[in-house]
Amino acid sequence: MSSDKTDIDEITGTDTTGHSWDGIKELNNPLPRWWLYTLYLCIVWAIGYSIAYPAWPMISGATAGVLGYSTRAEVAADIARFEEANAGISAELASADLVTLSDNEELMRYATSAGAAVFRNNCSQCHGSGAAGSKGYPNLLDDDWLWGGDFENISYTIRHGIRNEEDWDARYSEMTAFDEVLTNDEIDAVVQHVLAISNQDHDAALAETGGVIFYDNCAACHGDDGAGNRDMGAANLTDAIWLYGGDAATLEETVRYARFGVMPNWGTRLTEAEIQAVTAYVHQLGGGE
Amino acid sequence: MSDTTPTKGFLAKHGILERSPTLLLVSSLLVVSIGGIVEIAPLFYLENTIEKVEGVRPYSPLELAGRDIYVREGCYVCHSQMIRPMRDEVERYGHYSLAAESMYDHPFQWGSKRTGPDLARVGGKYSDAWHVDHLIDPQSVVPESVMPGYGYLMDVSVNAEYAADVVATHRIVGVPYTEEMIEVAASDVLAQIDPDSDSYDDLLERYPGAQIRNFDGAPGVSEMDALVAYLQMLGTTVDFSTFTPDASR
Repeated sequence: MSSDKTDIDEITGTDTTGHSWDGIKELNNPLPRWWLYTLYLCIVWAIGYSIAYPAWPMISGATAGVLGYSTRAEVAADIARFEEANAGISAELASADLVTLSDNEELMRYATSAGAAVFRNNCSQCHGSGAAGSKGYPNLLDDDWLWGGDFENISYTIRHGIRNEEDWDARYSEMTAFDEVLTNDEIDAVVQHVLAISNQDHDAALAETGGVIFYDNCAACHGDDGAGNRDMGAANLTDAIWLYGGDAATLEETVRYARFGVMPNWGTRLTEAEIQAVTAYVHQLGGGE
Repeated sequence: MSDTTPTKGFLAKHGILERSPTLLLVSSLLVVSIGGIVEIAPLFYLENTIEKVEGVRPYSPLELAGRDIYVREGCYVCHSQMIRPMRDEVERYGHYSLAAESMYDHPFQWGSKRTGPDLARVGGKYSDAWHVDHLIDPQSVVPESVMPGYGYLMDVSVNAEYAADVVATHRIVGVPYTEEMIEVAASDVLAQIDPDSDSYDDLLERYPGAQIRNFDGAPGVSEMDALVAYLQMLGTTVDFSTFTPDASR
């Protein structure tokens, strides 16, 4: 520690702090100038910063800063800047007729790129990033559509969704759970019938019995031939495309407990132009009608 | 001792501090606390800390149970619930988060780590079935996901017996639950997964905008029901038409 005696190191001619360990003395050099000036600069900077930007808490709020900076105003301005840059083409897309969209190459390119971004952010979690879907979530690449695959129907489905509680205009239909309607034998038979009409291995005798049961219970929605009905989102049972699976076990599960796939309504989350864009994007994936 | 070191006057008293470790410790604490007091204390009295918006309500007992599961499973380790005021975040997740939206969160789930996406506005974005499928086996719907599965939530029941205690505890820390809400907490847990229950309207009156349905599609109140109920209401309550950004923030 300090002592009153001034102790100059002989070799360097510098003061020492008076600290000594095993005869080694600590020199009392001043701090390097660059370090000291950096410290002073930081202090000046901090004072300037707290004047320029929101900083000091007062009685009912904080000082706003002379620059008038606000994170929330900045993000609003940032969003407005991009919206303005896209305003023309977005407005054009919002009111465009999608059927003739491909005639306008620039608008088509804008719609599919914007649509791809909207799709990846909002749709890919269920329908897959490549739109191939998965069990329970429809593949959008093929030409099999539950509710219709033209521009108008795709747009409606995106806007209102399916069987959700948020939108009164959501597409709605409800398959009966036949668990308590049909007997086990009848369910087995109707499953064999569905296997038959979808060209899979089946028990011909059972399938014949099942055909009658199908006609009485299923045909109202799925059609006499099982080709489905898009007005009710009833699946086509004659093709090899299955949403939940077309094997006997999965079919039995579907017949017994029914299915109730829900899609959220995007009309309240997406802008008009975004709905148009993602409709155009989905339509051009391969299955658009 | 150098001749620049003061031997008299105010600065020389520094030696007193240096020679007494206890005094040095106490003084250091005092100095450090000034930073805390200036930065933290004003948030409790400044009127603009929490925005005045309508719609934000306390969690229903089932949502609260789901929130506890969210915390228990450490969802916050990979998911934040805080949309920052930046264009890219707003474009992706929706309106930036308001302080008002987490004013009933004890503890808040803002987080700072995003291995998965932000969940502040995940409510209503996906169907219940998707949440169930995704929680059981995330890769079945999002093949590129690194999230682990939480299938066992289907097998564990929520014990409604403790709902009242959880609600009462939240009231102690300042959430405005009423006496009635605490009393009927246990039955509210059961009512929220049953759209045909008699207390449908009462539940909606207590918790406006609560979603009432069987979230996991299976009988009984499972932890899956609770967690999905919580996820489906995240970010859905605030009424943005009543929000005016404060210029000083």
